[in-house]
Amino acid sequence: MTALMVALGAAVGAPARYLTDRAVQRRHPSPFPWGTLVVNVVGSFVLGVVVSAGSRGHEATVVALLGTGFCGALTTYSTFSWETLRLVERGEGGVAALNVVASVVAGLVAAALGWAVGTPLR
Amino acid sequence: MTVQAGDTSLGTSLDVVAVVAAGGVLGAEARYAVSLAAPHAASQFPWATLLVNALGCLLIGVLMVLVTERFRPHRLVRPFLGVGVLGGFTTFSAYAVDINRLLLAGRPAVALAYAASTLVAAVLAVWLGATATRRLAGATAGRPA
Repeated sequence: MTALMVALGAAVGAPARYLTDRAVQRRHPSPFPWGTLVVNVVGSFVLGVVVSAGSRGHEATVVALLGTGFCGALTTYSTFSWETLRLVERGEGGVAALNVVASVVAGLVAAALGWAVGTPLR
Repeated sequence: MTVQAGDTSLGTSLDVVAVVAAGGVLGAEARYAVSLAAPHAASQFPWATLLVNALGCLLIGVLMVLVTERFRPHRLVRPFLGVGVLGGFTTFSAYAVDINRLLLAGRPAVALAYAASTLVAAVLAVWLGATATRRLAGATAGRPA
């Protein structure tokens, strides 16, 4: 049951990341990987809400669907690291460093905000 | 990526979206299996997520060099394996939320160690995957970039 929820969430989350990335990069064609930053920050916020609101046992199904499945598949560490490496290889080391710092800081702030939003829902 | 007939308004074929979804499900289930095998409390170092993210970064380094510099695979290979499987396998949201939970659990040193070690492991892994593949596949496949 829980594995099915993970599958359903991921079946939506992964295409949502792909389509968001394409839409964002089309609007902001730059070497900076805005698309991945956007999905990672949005996913960190949503997971913060889901985990803080669903800390009690009977919401395990919701956490599997929205957290492990959707947010897990919406966000990505592999594309983040690949895009960072590509920036370094193209001689854009400053942009690469900016991408790392912006992703981590914005992701952490988004997760903390999501946690604050979700806590009263517990 | 070339624009195919029957594209949606986003310039994307439905078959690409479908293989991204299928790959994402496989990757997420693999990540879920690892998390079940190595569960962690909010105050503990999230080894499973670190392992998943480092492994996914190593594999995307290998994959991207193969599909962009060495071979010309079917157009659905990269969306399925890269965007789908590895994108669904690795996660940034669990990384961010687990750091937050470690801080809330009063473990700032563990939070910092986890935040830094994941970053270092991910960047080293993607570099290692790409570099090793360029050397090995460059020698065997004989098709320079």
